[in-house]
Amino acid sequence: MGDKKKQKLQPNQQRYQAFQQKREIKRPIFKNCIKAFLIGGLICLIGQLISTFYIYQFNFTEKTAGNPTVATLIFITMLLTGFGIYDRIAQFAGAGSAVPVTGFGNAVISSAIEYRSEGFILGVGSNMLKLAGPVIVYGVFSAFIVAIIKTILTQWGGF
Amino acid sequence: MIFFWAFVVGGLICVIGQIMFDVFKLSPAHTLSILVIAGAVLDGVGLYEPLIDFAGAGATVPITSFGNSLVHGAMQEAEKHGLIGVVTGMFEVTSAGISAAIIFGVIGAIIFRPKG
Repeated sequence: MGDKKKQKLQPNQQRYQAFQQKREIKRPIFKNCIKAFLIGGLICLIGQLISTFYIYQFNFTEKTAGNPTVATLIFITMLLTGFGIYDRIAQFAGAGSAVPVTGFGNAVISSAIEYRSEGFILGVGSNMLKLAGPVIVYGVFSAFIVAIIKTILTQWGGF
Repeated sequence: MIFFWAFVVGGLICVIGQIMFDVFKLSPAHTLSILVIAGAVLDGVGLYEPLIDFAGAGATVPITSFGNSLVHGAMQEAEKHGLIGVVTGMFEVTSAGISAAIIFGVIGAIIFRPKG
């Protein structure tokens, strides 16, 4: 919490903040990073195996193999999420299972399954992208800004 | 060798995410949004393509590749149609990740029942 925000608080709120900070359980950052590294690396390694398979079997190139690989990984994620295995992996791996596209897939698929009791249109349809929405929105928006700047620089600036 | 680098680079990107979780105490949605934006910016300055050549799936599987392929689609169209292409070409390349997530999400909702 920033110093400016702290000054606005009542004295006993400040004391509470200090108390709470002392009591907060320290996260084992180093251990978590190792776990994230191993599981995240493993998921990417599986991805590399799948894309190597696509390159040799279906004549994709290194560049185009990315898309079918992502789709295949999300399909596997659907099965793991449906049988409740992905949750367990996520508890162990933290960011290691959230950062690869499988984490994005898991966010979409698990909310789709969860809201199915509210019906397919209002439940599944409108809640499916609840968790994944920010990723799509800010991905598109930042890509828009980057592409606009780059286009202006290359086409009009003569770089 | 590409398998080794896919493991290492993919793992390192996940470690960056874990550090954002634990050290900066960001929520998963914040972390993923920042990583996607980082991917878009890295592609904008031309650093993401060399990373894909170097690490293969280590660079295409983490969520950062979304930002990269969104920029890529936009730039491809922009070369043909100018500024308007930036808007129309956006989803040309990324569609696989998003459409797969939506398709398998609906299929999953049809097949599986919520637990607990």
